[in-house]
Amino acid sequence: MERRKTLAELVTRIAHHINIPFTVGGGISSVEDVSVLLNAGADKVSVNSAAFRRPELLNELSLEFGSQCIVLAIDTKFEDGDWYVYLNGGRVKTEAKTADWAKEAVDRGAGEILLTSMNNDGTKQGFALDITGKLAQELPVPVIASGGAGTMQHFADVFEVAQADAALAASIFHYKEMEIQELKKYLYQRNLSIRF
Amino acid sequence: MKTVIIKYNAGNIRSVLFALERQNVEGVVTDDPAEIRAADKVIFPGVGEASTAMRYLREKGLDKVIKNLEQPTLGICLGMQLMCKHSEENNTDCLGIFDLNVRKFTSPVENLLKIPQIGWNNITGLHSKIFEHVPQNAYMYFVHSYYAELGPETTAIANYVINYSAALQKNNFYAAQFHPEKSAEHGEKLIESFLNL
Repeated sequence: MERRKTLAELVTRIAHHINIPFTVGGGISSVEDVSVLLNAGADKVSVNSAAFRRPELLNELSLEFGSQCIVLAIDTKFEDGDWYVYLNGGRVKTEAKTADWAKEAVDRGAGEILLTSMNNDGTKQGFALDITGKLAQELPVPVIASGGAGTMQHFADVFEVAQADAALAASIFHYKEMEIQELKKYLYQRNLSIRF
Repeated sequence: MKTVIIKYNAGNIRSVLFALERQNVEGVVTDDPAEIRAADKVIFPGVGEASTAMRYLREKGLDKVIKNLEQPTLGICLGMQLMCKHSEENNTDCLGIFDLNVRKFTSPVENLLKIPQIGWNNITGLHSKIFEHVPQNAYMYFVHSYYAELGPETTAIANYVINYSAALQKNNFYAAQFHPEKSAEHGEKLIESFLNL
């Protein structure tokens, strides 16, 4: 309860300061959790393990708030010939195949998929183009690719080859290994639509 | 100057309040007809469903209040759609300020068009005072499944497989399908121009 209040206060401070949409995630498991965060000023929330353990959560959230503000995060790992869903920040393996879970989640009301490949995350060797491409091309909702960005070419690949709708990177931006403006210029020159 | 945000059962009011605060303007959120009529500027925001929202507005008598406003009034997203004549969303008769129909996006090929449109899209053909400091092709942030068709009152066009009204104006009534309160510096310029009308 205290943790939820602290997060809501942080969300309000952020909403005051920035003039673009933002998504809040982490430990969300109920309609009440989401209501608090959206009222605090968040535009979207992302859910992960709680939605997998109780998929009805996605139906409840999309009915109450609209699917446009419900992002489903999936941590996935390739092993034994397929991509599987992992929970609790990648610590708990499940028997569910990522493509199956993503499809079910969209049917239940997830409005966007944030897909993190554990095989690629932290490697700086590029995004997981195969599973990202499969979801981006088969699902009627935007897919955000995450994990593996190391070069500007990697971003071009995930948009052009995998047809991802968006790409996420954290450390290379935080540690200034890549400037966001430079990346945008590069992608613009590759004829991708970019907002500067 | 008094800026009022119409309170009704539709979301995103908080974001509009914050956007006003960033311009050092304090917005008043109210559903009181007298207070709305007395304001210098009125903002009619909205994220939600058309028939539920219209029913609420009628119950509160706000439909007539809004239609008869004479000060600059800005509808945002669902607010803009409700200012049109009719919405396909649950076959809803709306306020009729703009003589336009609101239709649902349909994908010509399965999965080609992701619905709702969520994200940044550029706007062209800008011609309204609220776009005075917004460049052609500026990116704005959209979240919607329904769109207003083009018409003589269209003041900005966006394309999502088809061209539709990204903004409208008729006399003192202004409207934007995108969210200026979430559209970075160009959205801020729009809000600033509106407040300076």
